Amino acid sequence: MQPNFLVEKSNWVRKETLKVHKLAPETRIASSLSSVELFVALYYGKVLKYDPTNLRAEDRDRLIVSKGHGSICLYPILADLGFFDKKELLTVCKEGSFLGGIPDTLIPGYETINGSLGHGLGVASGVAIGLKRKNRLESVFVVLGDGELYEGSVWEAVMFAGYHKLDNLILIIDNNKICMLDYCSKILDLTPLADKFKAFGWMTQEVDGHNPAVMQEVLLKAKKDRNSKPKLIIAQTKKGKGVPKLENDSLCHVRSLSAQEVDALVEESSL
Amino acid sequence: MNPSKKTMRDAFIEQIYQRMTKDESIFFLSADFGSSVLDKVRADFSDRFINVGIAEQNLINISTGLALEGYIVYAYAIAPFLIMRAFEQNRNNLSLLAQTKELNINLVGVGSGISYDVSGPSHHCLEDIALMRVLPNFIVASPSDWVATKALAEYSFKVKKPKYFRLDAKPLPQIYDTITFEDLERGFYELKKGENVCLVSTGYMTHKAREVVEELSNQGINCGLLDMLLIKPLNEDLIFETLKNYKYVITLEEAFIKKGGLDSAILNILNDRQANVFFKGLGFQDRYVFELGGRDHLYKINQIDTISILNRIKEACRAMVGAK
Repeated sequence: MQPNFLVEKSNWVRKETLKVHKLAPETRIASSLSSVELFVALYYGKVLKYDPTNLRAEDRDRLIVSKGHGSICLYPILADLGFFDKKELLTVCKEGSFLGGIPDTLIPGYETINGSLGHGLGVASGVAIGLKRKNRLESVFVVLGDGELYEGSVWEAVMFAGYHKLDNLILIIDNNKICMLDYCSKILDLTPLADKFKAFGWMTQEVDGHNPAVMQEVLLKAKKDRNSKPKLIIAQTKKGKGVPKLENDSLCHVRSLSAQEVDALVEESSL
Repeated sequence: MNPSKKTMRDAFIEQIYQRMTKDESIFFLSADFGSSVLDKVRADFSDRFINVGIAEQNLINISTGLALEGYIVYAYAIAPFLIMRAFEQNRNNLSLLAQTKELNINLVGVGSGISYDVSGPSHHCLEDIALMRVLPNFIVASPSDWVATKALAEYSFKVKKPKYFRLDAKPLPQIYDTITFEDLERGFYELKKGENVCLVSTGYMTHKAREVVEELSNQGINCGLLDMLLIKPLNEDLIFETLKNYKYVITLEEAFIKKGGLDSAILNILNDRQANVFFKGLGFQDRYVFELGGRDHLYKINQIDTISILNRIKEACRAMVGAK
């Protein structure tokens, strides 16, 4: 793999995501820009085992996207990899489309109903224990936003996964540090976050969530490491990454970009 | 028939236990809630029994994950916590998801109505019929004895959908000799054909209804009785066919009335078909039961004891005659 391959893919995905947002301004663009590299690493970094022609393949790795609203960047990735036709990207949020503002199981590649936060880690833990019971070696990846950690059900699952030694479970937190209304540090500051998980028996690692090569390396290692501990990867990210107007705005979650703004951003080669 | 008493939960779990001995695809999860038969499951199937702790939200989420991997899952807890603490998990991960994928998840809730009488209103569950009936893709079962409950356990293996079993907490006498899969598919059992007046009851209330029917019979009134084994789905046409020749239909439920429970379900069927019948729903009014005491005492306070029901039926019959 070329060293710049994942970076180039990330830039492409970011542009495609902006193009989707231009056609569907209802989509949560800032949340979907912070998670670009982690999905790029999973799919293009050969971390996740998947088969677009057999969505229920027993030997696939499972990916549960708990922060569904913040995964619009996954639409161009899934289309690019053959989960559905690329022309569907023009239909997001339009009548008759299966690609909504918040993804669900009607979209090939999504395993669960998303949208209500705090469910994904528990469901992923159930999948993980089910795989173990079948003596299967596939991994379960689950992506949460940091704001989602305020949901109590997340911590029920954190306790559960640690106690049950679900080392086939890999939680990626897209730590973009902003909720809907404000910086998380001003709402309920959860630092030191990794220590909280460690106390529940998890293995933790913090990484630059916008460096896809590093994400890839860490994810591959986490996947291989069957050491009786569930894994937490805290991806340090920036909400609205790549769009200066969004990056420094505590209310970026609810911001949409105009068509002109998207056009200008897509034109910029530096994105 | 020797009307032996037994708890619904033991009858249900005994069937699951037997099935688990030959079917490795079953997981039994509990939110730290037990039963004597469950002790056998815990001892003999420790690899497929999980106590998730007092964490009903996680109970449903873990169950969802297991069901997505193809397992038949039983999620067992005290009824109000199972459905209300985890209502959104039930909605999103069972009701919604089951519209797009096959999921065989069985919520086994113990303590329907006021069967945990002296534990007070936090442990009562007068909302469940209305709440669970509102969820698409769910099956809601409300057995009246352990024989029907045992049959429902068999039904749970075959019908691969999310289900809620509202089980009474107390050992109750047997009503049925046998209940078949076809009985459950029909959804109700006509315990007695009557003339003019028919009671439609569910769960524990069917025991009360039988007392009422017997007393009416002693007084020369031939009252019909339907026992609703399933609250959802409802075989609407068949229920209507069974009820249409009565002049007066009364529902009995150990649940809130006029809020979408059994009364609303039956009334909708009658209304949709413009049935010419008088209707009365009996159950719990719009207040919680803080009063302490056993079920009989609480029934008296809430005017749904046998004598109160009899009086209300007779009053209504008189009013009905007067209205004509």
